[in-house]
Amino acid sequence: MALVLNEEQQSLKDIAKEFLQKNAPISHFREIRDTKDPLGYDKVLWKKMAELGWAGILVSEEYGGFNFGMMGMGGILEETGKTLTPSPLFATGLLGVSLIELAGDEKQKKQLLPKIVEGNLTTAFALEEGSRHAPCNIATKAKKEGNSFVLNGEKTFVLDGHSAEKIIVAARTNGGNDQKLGITLFCIDSGTPGMEITRLSMLDSRNVAEIKLKNVNISSDCLLGKLDNGFSIIEEVLDRAQIGMSAEMLGNATQAFEITLNYLKERKQFGSLIGSFQALKHRAAIMYSELELTKSAVVGALNAVDEKSNDRTRFASLAKFKAGETLHLVSNESVQMHGGVGVTDEYDIGFFMKRSRVAQQIFGSADYHIDRYATLSEY
Amino acid sequence: MTDLQAFREETRDWLELNCPSEMRKPGDVAWGGRNAEFSHPDQKIWLERMGEKGWTCPTWPSVYGGGGLSKEENKVLQEELNSMNARMPLASFGIWMLGPALLEFATEEQKLEHLPSIVKGKFWWCQGYSEPGSGSDLASLSTKAVKDDDSYIINGQKVWTSYADKADKIFCLVRTGPQEPKHNGISFILIDMDQPGVTTKPITLISGKSPFCETFFDDAKAPAKDLVGGLNKGWTVAKRLLEHERTMISSFGLGSRGEVGDKKSGLVELSKKYIGLDSEDKLDDASLRSKIARHDLNSRAFGLTLQRIGEETKIGSPSAASSMGKYYGSEHNKLRYELMLESMGTKGIGWEGDSFSIEEIAITRDWLRTKANSIEGGTSEVQLNVISKRVLGLPD
Repeated sequence: MALVLNEEQQSLKDIAKEFLQKNAPISHFREIRDTKDPLGYDKVLWKKMAELGWAGILVSEEYGGFNFGMMGMGGILEETGKTLTPSPLFATGLLGVSLIELAGDEKQKKQLLPKIVEGNLTTAFALEEGSRHAPCNIATKAKKEGNSFVLNGEKTFVLDGHSAEKIIVAARTNGGNDQKLGITLFCIDSGTPGMEITRLSMLDSRNVAEIKLKNVNISSDCLLGKLDNGFSIIEEVLDRAQIGMSAEMLGNATQAFEITLNYLKERKQFGSLIGSFQALKHRAAIMYSELELTKSAVVGALNAVDEKSNDRTRFASLAKFKAGETLHLVSNESVQMHGGVGVTDEYDIGFFMKRSRVAQQIFGSADYHIDRYATLSEY
Repeated sequence: MTDLQAFREETRDWLELNCPSEMRKPGDVAWGGRNAEFSHPDQKIWLERMGEKGWTCPTWPSVYGGGGLSKEENKVLQEELNSMNARMPLASFGIWMLGPALLEFATEEQKLEHLPSIVKGKFWWCQGYSEPGSGSDLASLSTKAVKDDDSYIINGQKVWTSYADKADKIFCLVRTGPQEPKHNGISFILIDMDQPGVTTKPITLISGKSPFCETFFDDAKAPAKDLVGGLNKGWTVAKRLLEHERTMISSFGLGSRGEVGDKKSGLVELSKKYIGLDSEDKLDDASLRSKIARHDLNSRAFGLTLQRIGEETKIGSPSAASSMGKYYGSEHNKLRYELMLESMGTKGIGWEGDSFSIEEIAITRDWLRTKANSIEGGTSEVQLNVISKRVLGLPD
């Protein structure tokens, strides 16, 4: 198992770091937030990111992509986590691409993937229906009528749901709530009549929407993958998503820690740098240790996807658990160690605390993953 | 076939031929020494064969009796040993602590004299660092060494000397420059325990066991040639050796008993046995299940971290990151035992007698022993100081 990035992966990550620090530093995120940008991200920037190949990291070469694997994607997500850069990278480049790659037929892949790679198509994954992650708890119904399907239901917490051109919806075609069998994926144009998309205003300004489906009539061509058997695809995509989100959270935590460490080395009180106080030093050292463990869990999990490990799902829980707990700790401690300025909007450090709580809810909190890990380990 | 594959096949063949069957199952590990004791004749054979091959210290140069293996070859060797469940041939502070320090700081003569005997387990080495008045503030130590011709005369007292009552020799920090600032007046010296000037007294711990001793020096003698790293330059050697010690203790976090060489504790298996599973096959105590799973997850993350640090740093140069491993590993191991005890209920709180199994008593006693894990080799608080200073660059 490789726990250190290889030369190519490292160079991709280094380029991402340089690009983001230059073109999309935290001030870029702040501006988008302050201007209440209707799109929630900068389209020109996304086009540049696509030109760097990021939209096609997980796309196979035959569809114009680079097939660079999760180790590659994780490195970039970690860097976007440091700069808090809003972009379709996660919802399109990871979620959308994975769903289409794993479930789509030849025609769909040829039609959709090259556009994504070029930065000309964005996607969103409409899965959740409740306020807590419950992947097979799906009540949204898709009823077959002749050569079409009619969808009714409500989806929430859809990442990039307000801006994506294609919405991939998980709907029930069979079975009762909570059953894995009977779930089907559909790839729907966001402008289809009956789709009511409302952008949600999240505390960290992450791009999220709520989608109501009212008699949404779609052709059976929109079916993505096999009827009734979408859940195994969802599970595989969720593993990747949890791991990818953990990489982003590792970036969040690493950056918040670095900002705080710098503050400890410049802020003086009682005539001394506050970083010389043991009460703060020890807590900083504990955060460092937790970050090291998080880094290992994330890299191990990214590698598990690329190596097609049969322990991939437990690795996904390991990464999301560790990233969730560590980011929670580091974001709280960072604000506390900044003292008064830590709770001002002017300082960036509060962004990380806000982002932490939202990221925690994306595809399962630390507690969710503790329970899942134990269940998967048969205890 | 690559060289490494060829090496794997040769290694497998050699081990198949030379590892006695008794040594392919769990059990105690030999410590060697002048009065070496073996719990089974195969233990002696296994030690002799591995020592002769240099594979008790696989990566040490062969000129000093080591295996002369590269990092990659050693990885192969360890994998092959693991896959046949082979027992460690030798437990030794000479291997884990003294040897690496000698390789870095000793003169050629000193290396040639001391390293080969460590490889073969000829002497049981112990460590003379802490003193009654010098615990966390180790550099304040006061055991004196005064030059007399070609010897040093040593007077003073050491404490927490692991297995001093069984050891043949001690590597020791002594004050040779009483007028110098405290860090600059310390030397690192090797002393034979088999002399009238050295006496030991075991310390009974809260676990009821006595792995540690007090060690007294009354005009004990050591040859001047056995001073390592230069006069008054012992603190440099001492710090590096501590890094090796901390790396060793880090591995406890992966599931040893707090005593070197034991097999994994199997917290999950133990909790299944004592708590049982409910109708959904979950541990029948929801709160404890979640604590155990959290610990299990952290074990995995910590194991991956030790592995990653190993891949990132060169062999033989433990970085300041050893303090992170020592801090986390020892705290993690303490938590493991707390959870084991909690899982066992009233079976985990017995002291002795037939109402408790040998295994139960052992776990209870080991739980108490783990409380020293975050004290020995530098307390957790000392490790956090080292991390904040050397890794994070926080000001004094």
